[in-house]
Amino acid sequence: MIPGLGALTQDTLWCFSQLKGTVEIGATEADIISTVEFNHTGELLATGDKGGRVVIFQREQESKNQVHRRGEYNVYSTFQSHEPEFDYLKSLEIEEKINKIRWLPQQNAAYFLLSTNDKTVKLWKVSERDKRPEGYNLKDEEGRLRDPATITTLRVPVLRPMDLMVEATPRRVFANAHTYHINSISVNSDYETYMSADDLRINLWNFEITNQSFNIVDIKPANMEELTEVITAAEFHPHHCNTFVYSSSKGTIRLCDMRASALCDRHTKFFEEPEDPSNRSFFSEIISSISDVKFSHSGRCIMTRDYLTVKVWDLNMENRPVETYQVHDYLRSKLCSLYENDCIFDKFECVWNGSDSVIMTGSYNNFFRMFDRNTKRDVTLEASRENSKPRAILKPRKVCVGGKRRKDEISVDSLDFSKKILHTAWHPSENIIAVAATNNLYIFQDKVN
Amino acid sequence: MAGVAGPATGSGAAGGDGDDSLYPIAVLIDELRNEDVQLRLNSIKKLSTIALALGVERTRTELLPFLTDTIYDEDEVLLALAEQLGNFTGLVGGPDFAHCLLPPLESLATVEETVVRDKAVESLRQISQEHTPVALEAHFVPLVKRLASGDWFTSRTSACGLFSVCYPRASIAVKGEIRQYFRSLCSDDTPMVRRAAASKLGEFAKVLELDSVKSEIVPLFTNLASDEQDSVRLLAVEACVSIAQLLSQDDIEALVMPTLRQAAEDKSWRVRYMVADKFSELQKAVGPKITLNDLIPAFQNLLKDCEAEVRAAAAHKVKELCENLPMEGRETMIMNQILPYIKELVSDTNQHVKSALASVIMGLSTILGKENTIEHLLPLFLAQLKDECPEVRLNIISNLDCVNEVIGIRQLSQSLLPAIVELAEDAKWRVRLAIIEYMPLLAGQLGVEFFDEKLNSLCMAWLVDHVYAIREAATNNLMKLVQKFGTEWAQNTIVPKVLVMANDPNYLHRMTTLFCINALSEACGQEITTKQMLPIVLKMAGDQVANVRFNVAKSLQKIGPILDTDALQEEVKPVLQKLGQDEDMDVKYFAQEAISAVAQRLRKLDFPVKDSEEPSAPGADKNHFLRPRGPGEDTGKGPAYQLHVNTRDTLPQLDTAEIVLFLPKHRLISRI
Repeated sequence: MIPGLGALTQDTLWCFSQLKGTVEIGATEADIISTVEFNHTGELLATGDKGGRVVIFQREQESKNQVHRRGEYNVYSTFQSHEPEFDYLKSLEIEEKINKIRWLPQQNAAYFLLSTNDKTVKLWKVSERDKRPEGYNLKDEEGRLRDPATITTLRVPVLRPMDLMVEATPRRVFANAHTYHINSISVNSDYETYMSADDLRINLWNFEITNQSFNIVDIKPANMEELTEVITAAEFHPHHCNTFVYSSSKGTIRLCDMRASALCDRHTKFFEEPEDPSNRSFFSEIISSISDVKFSHSGRCIMTRDYLTVKVWDLNMENRPVETYQVHDYLRSKLCSLYENDCIFDKFECVWNGSDSVIMTGSYNNFFRMFDRNTKRDVTLEASRENSKPRAILKPRKVCVGGKRRKDEISVDSLDFSKKILHTAWHPSENIIAVAATNNLYIFQDKVN
Repeated sequence: MAGVAGPATGSGAAGGDGDDSLYPIAVLIDELRNEDVQLRLNSIKKLSTIALALGVERTRTELLPFLTDTIYDEDEVLLALAEQLGNFTGLVGGPDFAHCLLPPLESLATVEETVVRDKAVESLRQISQEHTPVALEAHFVPLVKRLASGDWFTSRTSACGLFSVCYPRASIAVKGEIRQYFRSLCSDDTPMVRRAAASKLGEFAKVLELDSVKSEIVPLFTNLASDEQDSVRLLAVEACVSIAQLLSQDDIEALVMPTLRQAAEDKSWRVRYMVADKFSELQKAVGPKITLNDLIPAFQNLLKDCEAEVRAAAAHKVKELCENLPMEGRETMIMNQILPYIKELVSDTNQHVKSALASVIMGLSTILGKENTIEHLLPLFLAQLKDECPEVRLNIISNLDCVNEVIGIRQLSQSLLPAIVELAEDAKWRVRLAIIEYMPLLAGQLGVEFFDEKLNSLCMAWLVDHVYAIREAATNNLMKLVQKFGTEWAQNTIVPKVLVMANDPNYLHRMTTLFCINALSEACGQEITTKQMLPIVLKMAGDQVANVRFNVAKSLQKIGPILDTDALQEEVKPVLQKLGQDEDMDVKYFAQEAISAVAQRLRKLDFPVKDSEEPSAPGADKNHFLRPRGPGEDTGKGPAYQLHVNTRDTLPQLDTAEIVLFLPKHRLISRI
């Protein structure tokens, strides 16, 4: 257990650390951040954007003379992961937008990550080079050609130190296996395989093999007219290499055991909460669709996010979640207009903190929410430029639900639905969070005295 | 040094007045870091040349240190480097200096790319043999220890492959250490390392003292076989084979069998699959007694496993298992213990299982003999010949020769025919293609009479199939049949039918005639070719479709060597010359090609040829496609291209093999 992670909200004060991305208003569509992910040590933080780029930030070593500045994240490497493509057989444009990034466990001095757009998963290697060879036989120091007649001895190049250079190289391209759009990728704890899930199928890949993958789940009905649900997210168990879960648009989660059978169309466990008939409405099915599913680090729980709530399920209890947290219940009365402006289909993600005691997920108006599972306290914070003074403490925000609005509250009607926080990430062992707000990345830390 | 590649510099005056022998080496060294991967690869592959020029001293002190730090390169370059270094001992000064090669190989053994790492390990193993026992302990063993205790799992996985080569020559004390390191890798945190250790367990056991095998390897094996990750457990099955080979029957029973039994019933299908897949090896390793008592029941379970993948793997092993049973009592055992399960599998719900079984079941007939085959196996064969899945039927048909030897094919022929006909008319062209390929075999087994009566019409029907790949295969099939049944048969049954197609309204069928002639002419010989085929080909030179005309030119070139000089001179040449003046440029091109080929042949036969007919392109391109076109030539407007629109083969009737034909003409040529 990491000190200081147990309690939150009143006990943990979050303060601004860094703001990444363009500050000018006129950011282009391509700059919108579409995924955020820390690596396993938290030393690196990767973002992907709609322009197909991946930006990796590296945490600076903590310096003794600036005690209060705890290891800021600076750009380590930027590369174009995916390019827009065109599927000529189906006459479809394939966007370059990065849907997900997943880091691989570190295997040597280089770092590896998977990035995916709608169709193609790529394995990238990010490595450092700090030496370069010097000395040619046929050229002199200035690069001028030598007269071959003057070559009387052979020179073997010598490696000399140079400025650190970070290179990103594509190591594998896993293509042509998905008919529908890839929504999730997840690395298996066997370090050997990963899966990619689209709307109707889940495929299992070996990292070394790009020309074949195994289909492990296929929910496509023989007749597409009978289609009633789609896969919305999927993830491997953090320790058990045979177990994975996937969530559906009907608000259910299926847990599959790959030991039982080669095809996992039949689940081992089925998590579903009975619907409350009194809450039933035209929007019930839409808002119950699960937009993200995450195993806790311990592997004992899974967390799901639907439109209005975050739920925590115990792996051993299938009939209802053990915890349900309201993210923005005040929107329940506004579903009609949210349906009209398509916001109701927004896919919010959710994350655990390092010790699984706190949950974070996003909302509208650049608000994001944290729920402490032990104290049951929750807090709404805002990622805004006004607060972006170094070490400024984030003030909890409140949305006014009743008729009378207090001074520091904001009314539901004045929420800005174009500012949404869909993607967040939590450092694996410390209280450092990364929050993607449209084209900006905010990094917050807890306040240390 | 003619092989030195690449103008790395603009200097053309290679050598000049300088030292002739140094310049090429200088180029090679500089190209070790050229931007072009191909040039770097080329240089690495000539590393021994560089080392030879530098001499052993400079190779050790300059080249190897440089190589040690250049592990940033592309995989193929690193792979070549790892391979080169394995044979480098002589170039660094012989066995006394072999340890100088360890640092670059050590860094290669930590890269992420498995093929490179494996190659580095392979080279390290090779070099280890060149170390003296003293050098081994002074240099090699410390390297293994470093790798085994490396921070990253790539280095630890590489270490796993090195224990077995240094163990036999190490001192007692070091042996103890090596075993200790291996033990710790077997319980490494990362599954990658445990898998590497598990896969090297058998190899390591082989070099250990028997006592150590029993006291140390067996516990490691037992642990790995009950690892929490099934990806590790399944590798322990392989180790089972090597370990069992080292132990006595009693020890196998006591030390290995409990684990193997457990693996055969593992709750992960992948582990059970591995048991099924390695069954023959296991069977040999544990010996006949344990096979009878333990493995046969286990095999029965695998044959009725709930996972189809496992059943299919087991079904694949049926024949091998039966073959390897002890001769004494084999027949009874198969009949009583195996056959009942096989009967079940014939009607399995999964087609992969059925087709796996179908690929080996025929082999049982030689083991069981004539009577058992007729009574017990034949009904199964017949059932499988009627299976709904074409692959099952194909697998039976492709193995007919096994049965033919035992009971003769007549027993089957009544059921065979409907099965063949159905496959021949299958809606999937790949199925049709597969059965065509078995036709020569079937024809040989069934005999000419049966063939003429029942199968000949099928073979002819394929010639007008709407898929090109089928027509092509049918053409080759005819050639093989002629080789089997002789020219007289060809003249009576095949040639007339082929030649009739020359008048078909569909130009694709007319071209098939030409393709058949190309294939058959050699098998049929000069007389048939000259008298029957040549007139038809020549007549087709006046075809209205350009594609037919240029194929006439190609056919004439093809059959030219078979014809006598009179026919060439009197009949072929005038027609080719006429085609050489054709309005279509492709026809002209192929006519020119043919003319030059024919001219060469005539010249060989001592017939003088006029200068004007000298080959326009010496060493004519045999592939015919992608010949250069002038900038003004429009590929899309040739007559053949327009004609495609008018052919009867319209797009919806075609499947993928045919679509290529609708591309512009230069692609069309490459396809046909």
